[in-house]
Amino acid sequence: MEKIIIEKLYKIFGDKPEKAMELLKQGENKESILDKTGMTVGVQDASFAINSGEIFVVMGLSGSGKSTLVRMLNRLIEPSSGRVLVDGKDITGMQQDELVKFRLHNMSMVFQSFALMPHLTVLENAAFGLDLAGIDKIKQKERALAALEQVGLSGWENSYPKELSGGMQQRVGLARGLAVDPDILLMDEAFSALDPLIRTEMQDELLKLQKRDQRTIIFISHDLDEALRIGDRIAIMEGGRVVQVGTPEEILQNPADDYVKAFFRGVDPTSVISASDIVRDTQLTIIKSRVGSLRAAHELLSSKDRDYGYVLDSEKRFLGMITAQKIRDCLEAGASDNPIDQCFISDIHTARMDDSMQDILPEVASSNWPVPVLDEQGIYKGVVSKNRFLRTLHRTDQAAAE
Amino acid sequence: MFEEKVIPLDSWVSYFVDWLVENHRDFFQSLKWPVDQTLNGLDVGLNWFHPLIIIAVISFAAYRFSGKRLAVFSAVTLTLIGLLGLWEDTMTTLAMVLSSVVFCALVGIPLGIWSGRSDRFETALRPVLDAMQTTPAFVYLVPIVMLFSVGNVAGVLATIVFALPPVIRLTSLGIRQVHPELVEAAQAFGATRWQVLRRVQIPLAMPTIMAGLNQTIMMALSMVVIAALIGAGGLGSPVILGLNTLDIGQAVTGGLGIVLIAIILDRITQGMAQKK
Repeated sequence: MEKIIIEKLYKIFGDKPEKAMELLKQGENKESILDKTGMTVGVQDASFAINSGEIFVVMGLSGSGKSTLVRMLNRLIEPSSGRVLVDGKDITGMQQDELVKFRLHNMSMVFQSFALMPHLTVLENAAFGLDLAGIDKIKQKERALAALEQVGLSGWENSYPKELSGGMQQRVGLARGLAVDPDILLMDEAFSALDPLIRTEMQDELLKLQKRDQRTIIFISHDLDEALRIGDRIAIMEGGRVVQVGTPEEILQNPADDYVKAFFRGVDPTSVISASDIVRDTQLTIIKSRVGSLRAAHELLSSKDRDYGYVLDSEKRFLGMITAQKIRDCLEAGASDNPIDQCFISDIHTARMDDSMQDILPEVASSNWPVPVLDEQGIYKGVVSKNRFLRTLHRTDQAAAE
Repeated sequence: MFEEKVIPLDSWVSYFVDWLVENHRDFFQSLKWPVDQTLNGLDVGLNWFHPLIIIAVISFAAYRFSGKRLAVFSAVTLTLIGLLGLWEDTMTTLAMVLSSVVFCALVGIPLGIWSGRSDRFETALRPVLDAMQTTPAFVYLVPIVMLFSVGNVAGVLATIVFALPPVIRLTSLGIRQVHPELVEAAQAFGATRWQVLRRVQIPLAMPTIMAGLNQTIMMALSMVVIAALIGAGGLGSPVILGLNTLDIGQAVTGGLGIVLIAIILDRITQGMAQKK
């Protein structure tokens, strides 16, 4: 479901934005407008939607307008034109008091520089938004403590921010954002100031929280690894324009232009593309309860002219795999009425939907048959064959080389 | 060239001041009232208490905001002032300085906050503040006397003119020094302008504002002698009297009193600024 809709959003920094808008309409670019008018085009013609419950990463180099774009969502920066709709409500048209209410309850923010109040304790910082909203002190404390616990900072309530390490300070920043229980969380390069180890730890923490709370998170980053790691979808910005929006896999396999391609050049596609992207349900499946005996299974294989099949239960849970050869061996051993699970081939490996190509490479390479892919409940979703695997690699390679 | 005066600014100014005195003296006299009340209240109060109580209170404040050393120093110094026969003058000076500072804070902090938040206001205010600080006090003593007559109140008003700029400037600086990201963060969490000011900008600017008040106190003390010229009492009067009668001893004694009280007030307010 679409949570935030951004329509033709522009931001021009300068005293006569209408003039710059006019020039933009005539097809002038950012540089020539800066030369002619001295005004800077921050964001131009951004239109896209952000889904409820996803982590949406806005990525680009510094100066690409990503911070400006995100600050227009809560109007810390006023858009020059265009609209932002949240749950169908027009944020851009809100009066000041409505906007304050919206910021108090619906949208909070985590900052690159943490932006904690140095004169307040960790607890008071975490309760900052609640305090502004005028919630009574006891409730405030309760909710702030709960938020601090979520980010693993219990016991630090009475410290001051400067007594904490960078990673811990940003946990306070995150707790402050979570304490107001917003449905939208804006994270402005939230982890960029942290060293790599802590950064990864915080990303995991965020993913863990996200799994439970399902907030809509808009995450600004200039770090591709981060974007690929946490982003459900990514928007790539260049020079104030949104160049492409899509899942990491989509962008990797179909980059919109050279800029995006260059961005992704160093990326190993096998770490981005997951089994779910390349799984195909092309193989013969055998529902165990309907087939029953070995002989019946053998007949089914030969009637469909297949050498192997994947055996599932009535709920499509994967049970095992049979091959024509193995069944013949079993039959010769004189066990024709045995149930088929007596004759599954051993050492069959399965893959999970969210495994990356990298993860499943050993199985695909070593197995004589396509590797079955299961979801979290063990339901069979299809297979990844060697052929399919290589084809995918080849295509992303071509996309990068073009 | 330039042998004759072309622009008779002097007579314009004289005319203007005369006009003010003629037509608006009542208004200026009414301005005196709050200053008069504060000053008299403080003066009477400070002189009413037994000196030992005053010494104890000041030493305690020194201990509270700075430490033992300043507490001992204050006690010894104030006793010395008493022994020099300057007690009553010192209390009057203290009352004048404190009432100047109270009014400087009342006027200066709001103006400073405004100028910290508005570039346009700051630009407009800056030349006024420059003029207040650089115009020699002797220039405005006469109009002040004409409008407010001589005495302690006129002395305090002259002091306010001179001592007001630092608290405005430093309050403005303090507000401007608050990291913009903190203001942005407060706004992002739904703070109104007033909440941003009260919960973020003022608390964080507090040390700088206190430094401004400290400067204001120091400048107020430096006006003590000049204020005595227009009939204000206190430690300035022995200095002026000494100058007029070439009584070096009396002038130096009065001067010493001013220096000592300045040191105590300076250290205490610096301590307050750091404690915040």
